[in-house]
Amino acid sequence: MIKSKTILSVENIKVQYETNNQFIFPWQKRNIIKAVDGVSFDLKEGETLGIVGETGCGKSTLARAIIKMVPTCSGKIIWMGENLLTFNKNKMKKIRKEIQMIFQDPLASLNPRMNIGEIISEPIKTHFPEISKIELKNIVKEMMLKVGLLPNLINRYPHEFSGGQCQRIGIARALILQPKLIICDEPVSSLDVSIQAQVINLLKSIQKNLNLSLIFITHDLSIAKHVSDKIIVLYFGKAVEMNLSKELFSNPQNSYTKKLISSIPSFRNSFLTNNY
Amino acid sequence: MRGLIPKSDIKMIILKNNIEKLSKNLSELNEVKGRSLWHDARVRFFKNKAAVISVILLSAILIFSFIGPIFSQWTNEEIDWGVLGDISTLGYPSIDSGHYFGTDELGRDLYSRVIQGTKISLMVGFVGALIAVFVGTLYGSIAGYFGGRIDSIMMRLVDILMSIPYMFVLILLLVIFGRSIFMLFIGIGLISWLDMARIVRGQTLSIRKKEFIEAAIATGVGNFTIIIRHIIPNLLGVVAVYATLLVPGMILAESFISFLGLGVQEPNTSWGALISEGAGTMRYGTIWQLLFPLFFFVVSLFSFYFIGDGLRDALDPKDI
Amino acid sequence: MHLLEINNLNISFDTPEGKVRAVNEVNFNLQNNDSLAIVGESGSGKTQLVFSILGLLAKNAAVTGSIKYQSQEILNLPEEKLNNIRSKKISIIFQDPMTSLNPYMCIRDQLNEVLIHHKGLSKHEATNESIRMLDAVKIVDAKNRINMFPHEFSGGMRQRVMIAMALLCNPNIIIADEPTTSLDVTVEAQILELFKTIQKEFNTSLILITHNMGIISDTCKKTLVMYGGRIMEYGFTKDIFLNPTHPYTMGLLETMPSIDKEYKILKTIPGNPPNALEIPLGCPFSDRCSHKIDICLSAVPPVETIDTTKQNRMCHIPYQDLLS
Repeated sequence: MIKSKTILSVENIKVQYETNNQFIFPWQKRNIIKAVDGVSFDLKEGETLGIVGETGCGKSTLARAIIKMVPTCSGKIIWMGENLLTFNKNKMKKIRKEIQMIFQDPLASLNPRMNIGEIISEPIKTHFPEISKIELKNIVKEMMLKVGLLPNLINRYPHEFSGGQCQRIGIARALILQPKLIICDEPVSSLDVSIQAQVINLLKSIQKNLNLSLIFITHDLSIAKHVSDKIIVLYFGKAVEMNLSKELFSNPQNSYTKKLISSIPSFRNSFLTNNY
Repeated sequence: MRGLIPKSDIKMIILKNNIEKLSKNLSELNEVKGRSLWHDARVRFFKNKAAVISVILLSAILIFSFIGPIFSQWTNEEIDWGVLGDISTLGYPSIDSGHYFGTDELGRDLYSRVIQGTKISLMVGFVGALIAVFVGTLYGSIAGYFGGRIDSIMMRLVDILMSIPYMFVLILLLVIFGRSIFMLFIGIGLISWLDMARIVRGQTLSIRKKEFIEAAIATGVGNFTIIIRHIIPNLLGVVAVYATLLVPGMILAESFISFLGLGVQEPNTSWGALISEGAGTMRYGTIWQLLFPLFFFVVSLFSFYFIGDGLRDALDPKDI
Repeated sequence: MHLLEINNLNISFDTPEGKVRAVNEVNFNLQNNDSLAIVGESGSGKTQLVFSILGLLAKNAAVTGSIKYQSQEILNLPEEKLNNIRSKKISIIFQDPMTSLNPYMCIRDQLNEVLIHHKGLSKHEATNESIRMLDAVKIVDAKNRINMFPHEFSGGMRQRVMIAMALLCNPNIIIADEPTTSLDVTVEAQILELFKTIQKEFNTSLILITHNMGIISDTCKKTLVMYGGRIMEYGFTKDIFLNPTHPYTMGLLETMPSIDKEYKILKTIPGNPPNALEIPLGCPFSDRCSHKIDICLSAVPPVETIDTTKQNRMCHIPYQDLLS
């Protein structure tokens, strides 16, 4: 059995915000919010890490810190053996080919003034500007097929698609550069229930085919359990528990984790106890 | 409406489930045309009767300023000695004498002068608006996108420029460098972009927070490319509305300066100058000298305002 | 006598793109102390349905059928008469607590507005009543919190304020439109618990609208499943969960991953939720249904009542065939 290698190693990351007004004197107290307060984890090739927590726990901030979209105060982000925090802008641009992101609101993550052909091809235009228009179109159409969209809709605009289809477009855009890691920030939370399963299945099958690693952020524990190999539970910026998916649910250690699991509505049990 | 697909495509949607069949038939499927937000806005704009009529009127005035000279029998400088001395009776508008709009106080053909004035005033309005759009949009979007110190410095500069009394500077420039159209453009250009920059910066701040900008950053798109490809197209709605409302402002400003006597030099003229002259001679019974330029002035301004309103309704913020 | 009786309700909208038929031939009742869940995804018409009860639809809406409250017809009632029903007899809690409260008014003023307008109380009496109601929805330190502004509250607390506002005039029916969709899981559990308590304490009936079937099992006696503007299934919640009789309900229940099970691949309902302008002839679910037969595409299915459980289902395929 080939041991899969660790591609991402996050060590003690801290992200802080100051909430003072723009100008304060040096001796005045600064209001500091610790959005992420010392989180560490490893991620292997082909593995899925689930990050769960409630609103304000810092999961979205953590995701953005990993790809340097928000500034990190301290800690290390080791990608393929190198610390991303030491990279300058040019070096970071190359890394952006390998780490991509999918967002929560599918329609809002697409520029309403661009048609989906332009949206999906933008990453290629950015990193490989020498590719010809015709070749670009073929690559885009192929990718649309892979995510379950009709290729002849390539000139349509985002508002002409449903939520689930928009998320597929977002996935196509994330995949087109063949990244090694995709960070999914609550990708199915705003979708209809019957579509959520479609998108999750699509992500999982793509992961299998391309040996992708995924970081899956969600507040829905049932989805987290199904999708992730291992899960981190965040509470106010701190990782209160990290374990393999199955272990976490069968044997939660932390009291907050237990509280989260017990809040999940489980309808079969309630019928046995309730009498109407 | 999400997923609005015409009946002709429903068959293709059902096919979607059989991807294998589809890839074999790929070459037979034609690409579907997209329906952009601009298209929707255009449809809504043309449903607005006042706006459409205004567009027609404005185009008519524009065409008049180009074609008009073909019909005129007098130039704008020529003095008709025959009517001098008794303008109120001889200088009356008539088709026979060739003075379709009558003559002004000095016996010059008002028709040609009004055409001249139309050209100048509209040019001032458009150039001012154009400068505002280009300079203001770029300036405002850069300030809004980068934020922080760059934003502070850029906006404080705008604040300083705005607090300088505009008329004062303009009059000073005109007095020092002499009255010319070029000077007028510079003066108006100096002022017109400031408001636009503020508005664009505000819009940029709210667009910058949207997820598709985050997606572009995560993809590795460069900052200036993001501004030009993602931010500015989403601003254009607001910019278009504001620009059409700026044009009348420019024309009014120029008219005021001409009214003061500091505007374009003779024999060039503008609506403001003509109205100024016409107002001065009203009591002598030569009311056409006021009415003709005033008519063009008012109709143009109203048209711009209605078009601006129509654009604002058409580019409903709901779509942005 | 039914508390609320809806018969043959049809809602359509006149839009520039054509006529949109949002709700078609909906029939159901609500009794005193009853609780009903309306389950459906986007495009199912559930929000338009409850808006029509309170006359909150847009101006281009055309509603036919009958809505009776305590045997009195309230559909298309003039505004003054409808205002007697709104808040006093039937009140509604909207979906997003972030935007349902006026950010410029403090909570006290917003709650008092309801009481002063509907019950004619003085400002002092209204404030006392408001504090009492905030206590009832378990807001800690209500006496001081009442002077705060909406942005100083968390999402869950804002929703509690909305619930308090809905209860102020002691209505007989509370309609909650996706009350917990924008809330976290732990807060959601608390709010649902609150709904149960309130039903008992205040003797109100509850209509709960949601797209998440997981939350209704504990709170609602009956369930109405809607798709594409029509009722697919209607019956006691327990029966619908344990013995669903409609392909859509079965599909919905299957796509929800449960904590207790292991899945290799999640079961899905293929296709997309319906586009209101292009609802197919016949059964609206037909283009996504794995059991469909020819007649499903052309004819609207009849409503069938199952004898044993009194479940109503709208499907061409006999129940027994679905089970196989």
